[in-house]
Amino acid sequence: MIRDITIGQYYPTNSILHRLDPRVKLIGTFAFIISLFLFKSLYGYIAVTIFLFSIIKISKVPFRFIMKGLKAVIILLLFTVTFNLFLTPGKEIFRWEFIRITVEGIQTAAFYGIRLTYLIIGSSLMTFTTTPNHLTDGLEKLMWPLRRIRVPVHEIAMMMSIALRFIPILLEETDKIMKAQMARGADFESGGILKRAKSLIPLLVPLFVSAFRRANDLAMAMEARCYRGGEGRTKMKPLHYHGRDYITFLVLLFYLAAEIGIKIIEKHFL
Amino acid sequence: MSTVKLDTVRNKWVRILQIIFDKINYTYGGGTAFEQHAIKDISFTVKKGEFIGLIGHTGSGKSTLIQHMNGLLKATRGHIYFNGEDIYEKKYNLRTLRSRVGLVFQYPEHQLFETTVFKDVNFGPKNLGLDKIETDLRTYEALKMVGIEDDMLDASPFELSGGQKRRVAIAGVLAMRPEVLILDEPTAGLDPRGREEILDQIAKLHKESGITVILVTHSMEDVANYVSRLLVMNQGELVFDQPPKEVFSHFRELEKMNLAAPQVTYVMNALKDKGILVPTNATTITEAKEEIIKWLRK
Repeated sequence: MIRDITIGQYYPTNSILHRLDPRVKLIGTFAFIISLFLFKSLYGYIAVTIFLFSIIKISKVPFRFIMKGLKAVIILLLFTVTFNLFLTPGKEIFRWEFIRITVEGIQTAAFYGIRLTYLIIGSSLMTFTTTPNHLTDGLEKLMWPLRRIRVPVHEIAMMMSIALRFIPILLEETDKIMKAQMARGADFESGGILKRAKSLIPLLVPLFVSAFRRANDLAMAMEARCYRGGEGRTKMKPLHYHGRDYITFLVLLFYLAAEIGIKIIEKHFL
Repeated sequence: MSTVKLDTVRNKWVRILQIIFDKINYTYGGGTAFEQHAIKDISFTVKKGEFIGLIGHTGSGKSTLIQHMNGLLKATRGHIYFNGEDIYEKKYNLRTLRSRVGLVFQYPEHQLFETTVFKDVNFGPKNLGLDKIETDLRTYEALKMVGIEDDMLDASPFELSGGQKRRVAIAGVLAMRPEVLILDEPTAGLDPRGREEILDQIAKLHKESGITVILVTHSMEDVANYVSRLLVMNQGELVFDQPPKEVFSHFRELEKMNLAAPQVTYVMNALKDKGILVPTNATTITEAKEEIIKWLRK
């Protein structure tokens, strides 16, 4: 069941997108999300659609896989669409009893629906094509200037990498502990909220103890290998921009220019 | 109670046989990219009171197999009968099964969570819904069975030594008064004395209460010294189901499966190769010693 959650999962293939510097992808995703909210017109969204689907094609991630990631938010999606469809005031085109659908309703529902979907797909593409460690490397490099104002950038990035690294380990540990307690008659499934919360104690206490123990061991192992924090620390694989990254920046610039252009044209001619 | 659809002659056997595994199969992640056929067509029976060993290379499916015995995992194909009842029948209560078939996982001290040793061991019987007198009685009984002193009952389980923690964890399962006790590598990570203590205690328990014991281990010496029957797994299949001596006589085949015979068996074989004709089926040091002395006296 836990394996079904594809949001945030890395999909290993060999596409240009996979080989891009993570910083470009981070900035690109950020720019894409902003464009979703700034350029709200029909033509604006057509441009967004063309952009997004070309990126999907380039990424070589199967469409089915991307759609699976949407499953998690399908409820939110339906909620948004339904609310907007039935509760937006305006020119009515359909009526049955107390249910009214307006033109504006259809428009807003469609836009909000599409915007949410594109938001999810856009950010997912980021995580599908970038390994978690690459992501944290990219974030660390981007946030580096913040060190001037005393933000512990290196420590944050290190904590993120370690946390990501330990997610599967702790999940496995949870499974083991759950089974061991079930073998002693523990019941995690029945009962009301209070009872179920209490039944989590035999699961959470050993899990916390285990996590602290691992953290302790890891700290010692890191120190034994001369880890002293971020000061003067170098990387084995430092991030460098390549030609393809500069080209991608240009493409992004072009996309944003196109969007702004569309907005200007709409303002003056429509 | 469900009825087992067998004829009367087999019915008699079903009542003596405590556990029956009938063509059990288990597949992980069926239908995904991660699909793995962990257990293939395994069938065997266990009589009440037997002391059985289960060995196999890492990844052979031992841990998966034992989790079927108390219903933690459900076989993708095949039937399991406990005391004559099909455990996959709709009306069968798996929680009751878990109180009758006790399973002690590897590194069981990782499951300790309560504020005192007594309360932790109390967890099991409390889950059975028994009254306070009964649960306290069973708890105390179990702690005595594993050799935990009275002055440790109010201590925090996290203050104990590794070996003590492990014994408390085992007591936690024994307090449920199971008919079957399955131990997954109970000696892992202990020093030689700790290993001997735990195994001797288990052997004593087996002798005194007649509890059925299934011991999963990597140590051939442990197996040779304690069990009367040995199940050997290789890549998800059951390849041997015989008394230890017979299994170890196949030590060349065992080696191909990343296993071995007890050290002593190799010693005896080496002696035989050098012309010292001793029987090579000795699997414990005591036996080997006696055979060598016998030969020396000739």
